[in-house]
Amino acid sequence: MDFKDIIRPENKVYARPRLLTENITHYCPGCSHGVVHRIVAELLDEMGLEDRTIGIAPVGCAVFAYNYIDVDWIEAAHGRAPALATAASRLNPDCLVFTYQGDGDLAAIGTAETIHACNRGENIVIIFINNAIYGMTGGQMAPTTLLGMKTATTPYGRRVDLNGYPLAISPILASLDGTCYVTRQAVHTPGAVRKAKVAIRKAFTNALEKRGTSVVEIVSTCNSGWKLSPADSNKWMEKHMFEKYPLGDLKNV
Amino acid sequence: MEEVKLMKGNEAIAHAAIRYGCDGYFGYPITPQSEVLETLAELMPWETTGMVVLQAESEVAAINMVYGGAATGKAVMTSSSSPGISLKQEGISYLAASELPALILNCMRGGPGLGTIQPSQSDYFQATKGGGHGDYHLIVLAPATVQEMADFVALGFDLAFKYRTPSMILADGIVGQMMEKVVLPPQRPRRTEEEVRRQCPWAACGKGSRKHRNVVTSLELDSAKMEVNNLRFQETYRRIEENEVRFEEYYTDDCEYLMVAFGSMARICLKAIEEAREKGVRIGLIRPITLWPFPTKRIAELAAKTKGVLVVELNAGQMIEDVRLAISAPSPSVHHFGRMGGIVPNPGEIIEAFYSHYPEAKI
Repeated sequence: MDFKDIIRPENKVYARPRLLTENITHYCPGCSHGVVHRIVAELLDEMGLEDRTIGIAPVGCAVFAYNYIDVDWIEAAHGRAPALATAASRLNPDCLVFTYQGDGDLAAIGTAETIHACNRGENIVIIFINNAIYGMTGGQMAPTTLLGMKTATTPYGRRVDLNGYPLAISPILASLDGTCYVTRQAVHTPGAVRKAKVAIRKAFTNALEKRGTSVVEIVSTCNSGWKLSPADSNKWMEKHMFEKYPLGDLKNV
Repeated sequence: MEEVKLMKGNEAIAHAAIRYGCDGYFGYPITPQSEVLETLAELMPWETTGMVVLQAESEVAAINMVYGGAATGKAVMTSSSSPGISLKQEGISYLAASELPALILNCMRGGPGLGTIQPSQSDYFQATKGGGHGDYHLIVLAPATVQEMADFVALGFDLAFKYRTPSMILADGIVGQMMEKVVLPPQRPRRTEEEVRRQCPWAACGKGSRKHRNVVTSLELDSAKMEVNNLRFQETYRRIEENEVRFEEYYTDDCEYLMVAFGSMARICLKAIEEAREKGVRIGLIRPITLWPFPTKRIAELAAKTKGVLVVELNAGQMIEDVRLAISAPSPSVHHFGRMGGIVPNPGEIIEAFYSHYPEAKI
């Protein structure tokens, strides 16, 4: 029996989504980005948005998102994705415009652009990967790095007197009148992945229906930066990250 | 009959942008250019042409909105004044690197730092030598009249789209603030979505019926490919240098001395020259309209037949470097006269400075 007799289209239960390209990603094994990319690619296909989506890529690990999800993309300067998205969305009101940003991009250098795009209620979606570290540049402290957490620039652990407190930005965004939906999700278990997909679908729908800004924070792992195995990273995240960044909807109107 | 209006240079920019069919303006208040945003807000073009007008949270956000809009193929612009233009430099570098057309107005005030709100020409280096990081140029247009403020909106956009590179209108604060007669261009419709897609097949505006995705990025980690990009940018700049040099000359047929000045300073020099000519002193004037590409060749030709050159600027001596580079040995002497801090010289001061360098010219 040939493998082709076993692997038939009608028997297929799992495959690469049509809008996920065949490019090999640069993400580390165990990284949350791959799962979130997959969810986004699945939804854009399922919702029939391939021909009218503009993605805004950040600076950080997801800088090459445009190599992996097969829609139009604009690569932003560090932190400026919500400003790009504002103009792209206002000038192309029939398009779905979403940004895909990490914690340093969104909550440090791009805080002003993030808050003001949300406060204006731009009809965009912000997908926010919070792994509490700068992955791309080699594991430096992020605004969301937990107290005591060791990074390349906090080698003895983050200290309040030196580095200040970890920043929970989603509650701030939820307090703004321009946001219609702010939620925290994760992708560490099959159940969490399904919930995250429902959340991103809702966010995309909100943008298409011009209901204001939707923010989907994905509390994520960075096993390379955290110097843990993928499995241990998930356990560490559940134990420590979820305490500071609890999952669930912060705003849903 | 054409309609003649009286308005400020900054107001003319706003009117001309709407009439060009500009798709979006993104700005932030700063003196002396806030009238651009104020005039647009008053004219409400979103009700007529559908043009988007947005007051951003910062100059940084505004230029990145321009980047986002330009990347979708739209005709978008911003305006600011010197300190704000410094903040925009990162975004301008990205626009140049991603080969995006856009229009930027710098209505210059005195610096460095917060400086003064009075007029200046001290951002010449910043505008013509790149400004942000990396090897790039902007097309730099220097208006001397309110009419040129209006006209250079269309010229700036047309050149930006022709060469896929950002253009800058480098106006001194005088041209932005003074009121003059102006004939506004006729209203053009904004391009349809189909026209945008046809004109900008590279635009990331949603795939539509396109089979492949468009990606607008300035990033290329492969050095061999990045150098190819750099060489392509340079090739574009050489084409611009070849085709787009613009300048005006006055009294150069018989001139024994030459003044070089741009923007409002050229007009004051012209007045000084006309007064000197009444006494028989033969001075000519060349006014570069494009500061980049610079009228190098013509300045060299004119300088070759003169005894001396005076470069007059509202700065400590910036354009004079390009004038000196243009003139090869054996060269006439090249001197500079400039005022700073927002002070604008009168024709008498200029001619006095001229005689101080060239006393033999005095009759």
